[in-house]
Amino acid sequence: MNYKRISVYLAIFIGISVPALAEIDLSGSWASKNHEDALERGAGPHPDDWAGLPFNDAGRAKALAFSQSIISMPERICWFQTQWHIAAGPFSLKIWSENDPLTGKILAWVIGGWETRAPMTIWMDGRPHPSKNAPHDQTGFTTGSWHGDVLTAYTTHLKTGYIRRNGAASSDEASITTTFFRHGDMLTLALVMEDPVYLTEPYILTRSYILTENPVAVAGPPCIVGYEGVAEGRVPHYLPGKNPFVDEMDKVYHIPREAAMGGAETMYPAFRDKIKDKFTIPPKCTRDCGAPPPGRN
Amino acid sequence: MLAIAIAFPLLAQPPAARRSGPPPTPQAAAPIDLTGYWVSIVTEDWRYRMVTPAPGDFQGVPMTAAAVKVADAWDPGKDEAAGEQCKSYGAPALLRVPEHLHITWQDDHTLRMDADAGKQTRIFHFGDWKPADSEHTWQGDSVAQWDIDREAGRSVGGSLKVTTTDLKAGYLRKNGVPYSENANLVEYYDLVHERNGDQLLVVTIVVTDPMYLREPFIISSHFKKLPDNAGWNPTACSSKW
Repeated sequence: MNYKRISVYLAIFIGISVPALAEIDLSGSWASKNHEDALERGAGPHPDDWAGLPFNDAGRAKALAFSQSIISMPERICWFQTQWHIAAGPFSLKIWSENDPLTGKILAWVIGGWETRAPMTIWMDGRPHPSKNAPHDQTGFTTGSWHGDVLTAYTTHLKTGYIRRNGAASSDEASITTTFFRHGDMLTLALVMEDPVYLTEPYILTRSYILTENPVAVAGPPCIVGYEGVAEGRVPHYLPGKNPFVDEMDKVYHIPREAAMGGAETMYPAFRDKIKDKFTIPPKCTRDCGAPPPGRN
Repeated sequence: MLAIAIAFPLLAQPPAARRSGPPPTPQAAAPIDLTGYWVSIVTEDWRYRMVTPAPGDFQGVPMTAAAVKVADAWDPGKDEAAGEQCKSYGAPALLRVPEHLHITWQDDHTLRMDADAGKQTRIFHFGDWKPADSEHTWQGDSVAQWDIDREAGRSVGGSLKVTTTDLKAGYLRKNGVPYSENANLVEYYDLVHERNGDQLLVVTIVVTDPMYLREPFIISSHFKKLPDNAGWNPTACSSKW
């Protein structure tokens, strides 16, 4: 074996076995820590709780028309959520790479899906996003790039979906930028949604996960359409001014309606000055209060 | 052989070996710039942060039974009378308070963070700084280190890790969810550059406290960079609002 052949083998070996510099391995099962927005991500948010959501009048009107019964329509039972559900839902993540079988190069990172969300494939091979006229779906189309040890993914071509599970919606013009920060066994995702149709400012959520040896499923059980009590042809909704829940946050938490109705200003500290004189500490919590599970400590 | 000749030295050689002279100061070595004014963007846990939550509302916090007992006895009037109205402004909770931050270099080895809410100041010490054997405080003693991402020996980004101990016992939430003086706080500071040109500071917060937490309490807060001090509004601590 001459030197030339050895050097070729070594070069191939290095190319395959040594990870590219300034990239990190994201693969594994990542347990979601639902310590923030626990109710909203778990059982679901209160109807008409849109505080901290930067939607515009159109977004608010669409949310106020929303009836939770709409997802019991046979046509919508399997209405999968968009990739935003990574942040809005409570689920853990299963992440793996798809590699070129010849070179070993990572072609894509994939985040497994669940019953309510399709897998997210983050293409790393430099392919462009499709034409803006290409079909949209709940999965969307995502490309990624590394910046040091930080992965940034950009998702377009989404269908309309929820951004909060109480009717606040994103349009098919929305995009999501997801940034992955890994710190040892901890993974933090920062998701930024931009939507010229329903949002006046980017909507930002950050979520954290812990690497776990308990395997997270790559996909959820199949969704099965069935009759859930909504008659054929009926579309559950509320007409303008008829939503019965607009004061629920006031009744339960003493949060004034102007805060619960959302808007960009509700995201910022200065908004507290507007509601300070209208707020009193609510009485002792009686439902959805959280507590140690029985037998723990 | 050219590929090997290029690749091996870069992989094997520690970054310091490729430099000459003294190592740069933490300020000079900063892989990201955290300085400037930042404002909280409160899109998460809104009803626990923007208003005072109801007594007994502990959703999401992995509290021990001992913690629930303490929290059930929460009395903001009593805290105020005792001069302890800053209990929900300690380091483990400070970045959940709606606020503006001002981050500056106090010197080459010390990063300073001022918060207008509660008029609190945190000091992040780099290097081999050791805390004095002094009493515990709301902001505790913080040791910082850069986690620098390198490419071909060159810094291409990174993050800041801050570990805080010696805390005075306080509240994770304004409604009395407690942490003890033995709590330990680890934070990771990262930057996000938005497509619209905005810059975000994302802080991953891990609070460990065997007395009052069944497992580490893990949350993350985000802030938007501001061009100046507009909105900076120092306000005193409050136990009720």
